[in-house]
Amino acid sequence: MTAVEERPAAELGSPRLRKEDQRLITGRTRWTDNITLPGMHHLAMVRSPFAHARITGIDTGAAKSASGVVTVLTGADLKDEQGALPNAWAIIPEQKAPEHPSIAVEHVAFAGEIVAVVVARTAAEARDAADLVDVDYEELPVALDLKAAAADEVLAHPDLGTNVSAFWEFDSAAADTGGDVEAAISAARDGGVLIEREYRQQRLIPAFMEPRSIAADPTGEQLTVWSATQVPHFVKIFLALVLGIPEHKIRVIAPDVGGGFGGKLQFTPEEVLTVLAARRTGKPCKYTETRSESLVAAHHGRDQWQKITLAATKDGTVTGLKVDLVADMGAYLGLVTSAIPILGAFMYNGIYKFPAYHLSCTNVFTNKAWTDAYRGAGRPEATFAIERVMDELAAELGMDPIAVREKNWIKHDEFPFTTVSGMQYDSGNYEAATAKAKELFGYDELRKEQQQRRESVDPVQLGIGVSTFTEMCGLAPSRWLGSMGYVGGGWEHASIRMLPTGKVEVITGTSPHGQGHETAWSQIVADRLGVAFDDVEVLHGDTQIAARGLDSYGSRSLTVGGMAVLAAADKVLEKAKPIAAELMEASVDDLEFVDGKFGVKGTDTSMALGDLAFAVFQGHKLSAESEHSLDADATFDPLDFSFPHGTHLCAVEVDTETGRSTIRSYVCVDDVGKVVNPLIVEGQVHGGIAQGIAQALFEEGVYDESGTLVTGSFVDYLVPTAADLPAFVTDRTETPSTTNELGVKGVGEAGTIASTPAVVNAVVDALRSFGVNDVEMPCTPHRVWSTLQGRAADTPAAPHSAQSTSMSQEGQA
Amino acid sequence: MTRITVNVDGTSYTDDVEPRTLLVHYLREQLGKTGTVVGCDTSNCGACTVHLDGRSVKSCSVLAVQADGHEVTTIEGLATNGELHPVQRAFHENHGLQCGFCTPGMIMQSIDLLAENPDPTDDEVRLGLEGNMCRCTGYQNIVKSVRAAAGGAK
Ligand code: FES
Ligand code: FES
Repeated sequence: MTAVEERPAAELGSPRLRKEDQRLITGRTRWTDNITLPGMHHLAMVRSPFAHARITGIDTGAAKSASGVVTVLTGADLKDEQGALPNAWAIIPEQKAPEHPSIAVEHVAFAGEIVAVVVARTAAEARDAADLVDVDYEELPVALDLKAAAADEVLAHPDLGTNVSAFWEFDSAAADTGGDVEAAISAARDGGVLIEREYRQQRLIPAFMEPRSIAADPTGEQLTVWSATQVPHFVKIFLALVLGIPEHKIRVIAPDVGGGFGGKLQFTPEEVLTVLAARRTGKPCKYTETRSESLVAAHHGRDQWQKITLAATKDGTVTGLKVDLVADMGAYLGLVTSAIPILGAFMYNGIYKFPAYHLSCTNVFTNKAWTDAYRGAGRPEATFAIERVMDELAAELGMDPIAVREKNWIKHDEFPFTTVSGMQYDSGNYEAATAKAKELFGYDELRKEQQQRRESVDPVQLGIGVSTFTEMCGLAPSRWLGSMGYVGGGWEHASIRMLPTGKVEVITGTSPHGQGHETAWSQIVADRLGVAFDDVEVLHGDTQIAARGLDSYGSRSLTVGGMAVLAAADKVLEKAKPIAAELMEASVDDLEFVDGKFGVKGTDTSMALGDLAFAVFQGHKLSAESEHSLDADATFDPLDFSFPHGTHLCAVEVDTETGRSTIRSYVCVDDVGKVVNPLIVEGQVHGGIAQGIAQALFEEGVYDESGTLVTGSFVDYLVPTAADLPAFVTDRTETPSTTNELGVKGVGEAGTIASTPAVVNAVVDALRSFGVNDVEMPCTPHRVWSTLQGRAADTPAAPHSAQSTSMSQEGQA
Repeated sequence: MTRITVNVDGTSYTDDVEPRTLLVHYLREQLGKTGTVVGCDTSNCGACTVHLDGRSVKSCSVLAVQADGHEVTTIEGLATNGELHPVQRAFHENHGLQCGFCTPGMIMQSIDLLAENPDPTDDEVRLGLEGNMCRCTGYQNIVKSVRAAAGGAK
């Protein structure tokens, strides 16, 4: 029965150790690739080595007669049944996109696209036979460079007639959320300050540690599909829509999933083909990608050019911001590819009170791997741009970068605040987070040391990077999504089942893959229902159990899914109350629910929820009309996003002789509202910072001139190791969200969004006295060194701020 | 096919394997030791780390036939009589894992590291785990876990 006394005073806010750990630390795990079923076939994919080509012939003869090979499928075999992969977000009604097949039929548009599927008895036999498939290609010219592609110099999809998928615009004057940016720019040109910069968001690869894997079992009435996905509910509905399988005949399971970071927010060619192979052979089929395949063919992230114009007065007050983006879609649109830059479009104004704002975005196809969500999705790009350019404004004016920010940011007593992009920020306290971060960091002392090193022309220069970020998180209000052209909703669902022995099953529509929902949701329910933490089991990721849900991405799980869990718990209590009254022969009005028990006020008569569950199970004392269940379902659709924020400070030492940047200290103070489990929050921040630092210093998806991914293995794609990263100092301030009852805000993406500009600002700050005002990411030793060589020759070693406070001319780096 | 005899997690197995079979595939596919996982194809990630005669190896870069006559310990053989190994416990207590995919390899490598250097500094832990990648944790709590296990072992 319920063990009320075992509970900490409040589960919410307590650093509970995670429930999910036990199986993970002992290897008792259920990764998709662990699944083996009797008679299971294994798949290997044959992928195009060319970035752009016409398929002129495929000879599968040798492969088909190889040992253990059941069949070899090509585009010609599957073209009538494969359907087309979906894009769920047309950002404008006229959005253009090529048909996206799971297996190429005549035309391949990136290196790594699937052209044949080998189905064999073992994975090794499938892989061997894949080498025997002989494909003839006629190579076509490749569209690789993003800007050239935007100008339609070479077409990635000749049939489409253009590489431009969509042009999207936001104008604060037109939207009536602010003034006219061009007027602000003219005014700045005339006696103010104008900062013009262009930034490159390099291509990144999500690089979750568990390669994607799919198993499909066609035996039995329902087709069962296991997938290493963040979005089992999406996979189910799209299997129905794309392949025409009736939705009620499909069960999708996301078992243990080894990370996603947006990279597993997709409906994939591999999922479709595994299902088709299973359907054709009538046998369970499994496909697990190799790491090289994952890097080459799973969707990538970022890849944009950003042109930023910031207008300000000479005292550092920003008067307008103009942003022009060119965003690389890659070869095809995935689920939300087209919307990724737009998810950042409302965040370029950051934490600031800008009076005028304009953004345009051109979405462009190239012959590279498709892009889509990667941790932060649009918001890291936005935050990078604004936080980089605020530092540039500070440098231009000879002001401290924090002082410039302070001059422009929203003050804590100005919330709720409607920004120039029309977003209503719920709450925040930028002053408090910044003050705390400065103190932990020793900001003033480090500035002094920096000054000394500058004066002594120390070969190792010190740079200090500031990033004060906010993000919109908790995708999302369904109404907002609908107004933006997204086909789905943003609500979340939960059920609670009260078992006869007092144990509780919580079913969530979120689909965790490392975030610890089993622990956090247990804490929420334990508090609300007054049951023991260990008496709660959280079930997820199986559409037969969690029938409704919209899965995990966009820092939505707690703010939307956690709230649905809370709502379901409240419904359980609502249902239980009249039954408790009936059983205790009391009036409903006389009952109170305290510490897991319904008590009759003013008496010591009470009944624990667990005992009530057992009484309901027996039904002996319930009237015939009573419902014999305390179970409840609930959904939650937030009124609005929530806006976590934080101040990240980074000190980098740059060796000007080798170009090597070393992070000396990293301090962040995040405000994610109320916290359910501080341990989990801290872990999310750590991991997020690591990925943001990786963008700043290490990672880049590089293609050669023929469109081959050069960074197609972990030898070349530099995911940082423990030895590459520093220890982080993390702390929090707590300003509750006003858009949900728990007062929580999302945390999954915060670290990634904030850290990249903090690090790059620090690198640039270290080199500022050499006249450097930008280093393209990743800031590798070679890049830093070459930047220095380029600049040092004509620029004396004097602080930039001492040179001039006039308009910046050297900005278009 | 080559006949090998390997002791894995305390059980002796005699099997015929193809000479090219990697130890990790033998463990996963023939013995069902799916606690050990594959994260890459270039021996970079360390997810597949096991102990061969008590020293850590990346089981994706060892052939099954090379394990013939040797003793292999995987993550599944660490706990004794239901008691977690101190390093397993330290990962749990210090939130040293999120998705857990890197964790078996991290734990096996950490045990080896501590056998070499029972009281490592943060930097020594970071260097010692350089061959094991984690995409979730930013490594901070992994380092903390290893240091905690070192403290506890004393
Ligand atoms: S799977 Fe062995 S090192 Fe990656
Ligand atoms: S915990 Fe997910 S990769 Fe390490």
